[in-house]
Amino acid sequence: MSAAVAVEAKNVSKIFGAGPGEVRALDNVSVTIQQNEFFTLLGPSGCGKTTLLRLIAGFEMPTEGSILLEGEEVAHLPPFKRHVNTVFQSYALFPHMTVAQNIAFGLEMLGKPKAEVQSTVSAMLKLVRMEELKDRRTSQISGGQQQRVALARALAPRPKVLLLDEPLSALDLKLRKEMQIELKRMQLETGITFIFVTHDQEEALTMSDRIAVMSKGKILQIGSPTEIYEHPTVRFVADFIGETNFIEAEVMQRIGSDGQIKLPSGIVISHPLGENVGVGAKVTLAIRPERIDLVRPGTEAHLSGTVENIVYFGTDTTFHVELEGSQQEVTVRVQNRRGHQEVLKAGDTVGMRIAPEAMQILKD
Amino acid sequence: MAEAAPVKPTTPKKWGRGFDVRKQTGFTTIAMICFLMLYAPILTLVAYSFNAGTSVAIWEGFSWRWYESAWANVQVQDASIRSLTIAAFAAVVSTVVATMAALATTRTKPFPGLTFIYAFINQPLMVPEIVTGVALLIFFAAIKVATGYTGLGYLLIAHTAFCIPFAYLPIRARLENMDLSLERAAADLYATPFKTFRHVTLPLLWPGILAGGMLAFVISLDDVVITELVKSGGQDTLPTYMLGQLRRIVTPEMNAISSVFLAISIVMVTIFFLLNRKKT
Repeated sequence: MSAAVAVEAKNVSKIFGAGPGEVRALDNVSVTIQQNEFFTLLGPSGCGKTTLLRLIAGFEMPTEGSILLEGEEVAHLPPFKRHVNTVFQSYALFPHMTVAQNIAFGLEMLGKPKAEVQSTVSAMLKLVRMEELKDRRTSQISGGQQQRVALARALAPRPKVLLLDEPLSALDLKLRKEMQIELKRMQLETGITFIFVTHDQEEALTMSDRIAVMSKGKILQIGSPTEIYEHPTVRFVADFIGETNFIEAEVMQRIGSDGQIKLPSGIVISHPLGENVGVGAKVTLAIRPERIDLVRPGTEAHLSGTVENIVYFGTDTTFHVELEGSQQEVTVRVQNRRGHQEVLKAGDTVGMRIAPEAMQILKD
Repeated sequence: MAEAAPVKPTTPKKWGRGFDVRKQTGFTTIAMICFLMLYAPILTLVAYSFNAGTSVAIWEGFSWRWYESAWANVQVQDASIRSLTIAAFAAVVSTVVATMAALATTRTKPFPGLTFIYAFINQPLMVPEIVTGVALLIFFAAIKVATGYTGLGYLLIAHTAFCIPFAYLPIRARLENMDLSLERAAADLYATPFKTFRHVTLPLLWPGILAGGMLAFVISLDDVVITELVKSGGQDTLPTYMLGQLRRIVTPEMNAISSVFLAISIVMVTIFFLLNRKKT
């Protein structure tokens, strides 16, 4: 199944300024976003995610490379000639217009007949559940409501792609959770491609079909939320999304793509290896805290150590364990499915068992 | 006219952080003297405009007679109409020019020479008025000789020119405070640059434009130095007419005209402040 492509960025670079003070906001970025996809650009501030969004919207021109919208080169078209709409971080609602006038703006600029404008506006008001407030000024509604209006305004002209620039960052936690579900609902209902920019990993994981993790102007990994979370390929991705333990191991043997690696405890396990990892090489394993099982000392385990401290979080309990033979601390998270159990205390020796597929070898 | 600021509950604070100039000894006294110096002459002027007698110093009872006489004075009528015509023309033209200048200096990429342009636009604020006046006198004299034209055009041009910076400053301030993402949003929603200006920038800029126009109007209405030097015979504006009259006999009629003038200015300036204060 080859879904149609909505947006394609090919070898895009964006340099701000010139000379020694130049900033390379995007460094040879290529990405293909499918139609109907909820695609998220995730990364810390300054990673280039907003710049990429602005290049797709047309507020900036790329220094190098091309941007295709449904196969058509748009990199040098002004924003008003691109069938793409944006939900701004600050919402940017027109303060001199009512809610309904804001939503109608794009349609009117496209020169749609009055009847069509009206019916689309009422459909949009219904979609974002703002029918009662349609004649209010945008200054007379709450932040969450402004957010909905901004969304309706951007969706009304039925863009090929909707760009969302950290639209939930100004909302409080409860409202943000609600809007996450709302956004996903609207994306499914309208069938429009969403490109969502955020620095919030949880937001990215809960809403996206695919996520591109960015750092320092580059895309490090693209994948579904589960791929990104469970199979990070580089240290930055593993570290940025969720909590991760990094454990050094040594390659002992290699047969085809299968290898034998030695854990710090001296135990050797089999694990598939990447192409450029030879015998004797050091590799870093990324292991999520919830994928580690604590077992009694003496029973079969991959690692062992001493419990340093225990932090109770209600739904789960976190154990900080110092590895035997090294100063490294490993975080282990155990769900409290049978309530709080006081089996372990600080100073106890424990074994740690990890499923081989939960150990992810990182590229660097 | 200046309203007292609402008194905030004061909490005793230590020196440094909570330093309050109002608590300095003599602050109230100095403030009172300043207010007195500023407003006592004006209040006297307004009070004597209602004097029934012909003196501007001896009170002889209340009357509207000087307002009536000023209203009926053909020369006053003539000068007032000329003043208002010039002020209206100068305000409109200078505001249009100032709006374009403000857009060009805030909505384009910063270009080399921008600072020079700022200085250039604001030049009338910096060059002494008498210098501008003399320069215009000589310059226009040459044109008068060459063309023979002696109409109101010279005053209109001169007033428009020195009103531009007054109109420019509030408009530019408004543009600089405006959220740029609004115009970006309009462009994103298929508005061409012209439509963006027409439907978003201009409506949001209106208070600034009105404020600028209002200020330009008051500045033009009030001008003496340049007008005095540029005007041809029989082209008195209200201020130059008043100046001329003061050299002869002073009657409360002058007070009456001044009071009306003052009232107009206060109304204009008040509107200016109200417009400028309303920020979104």
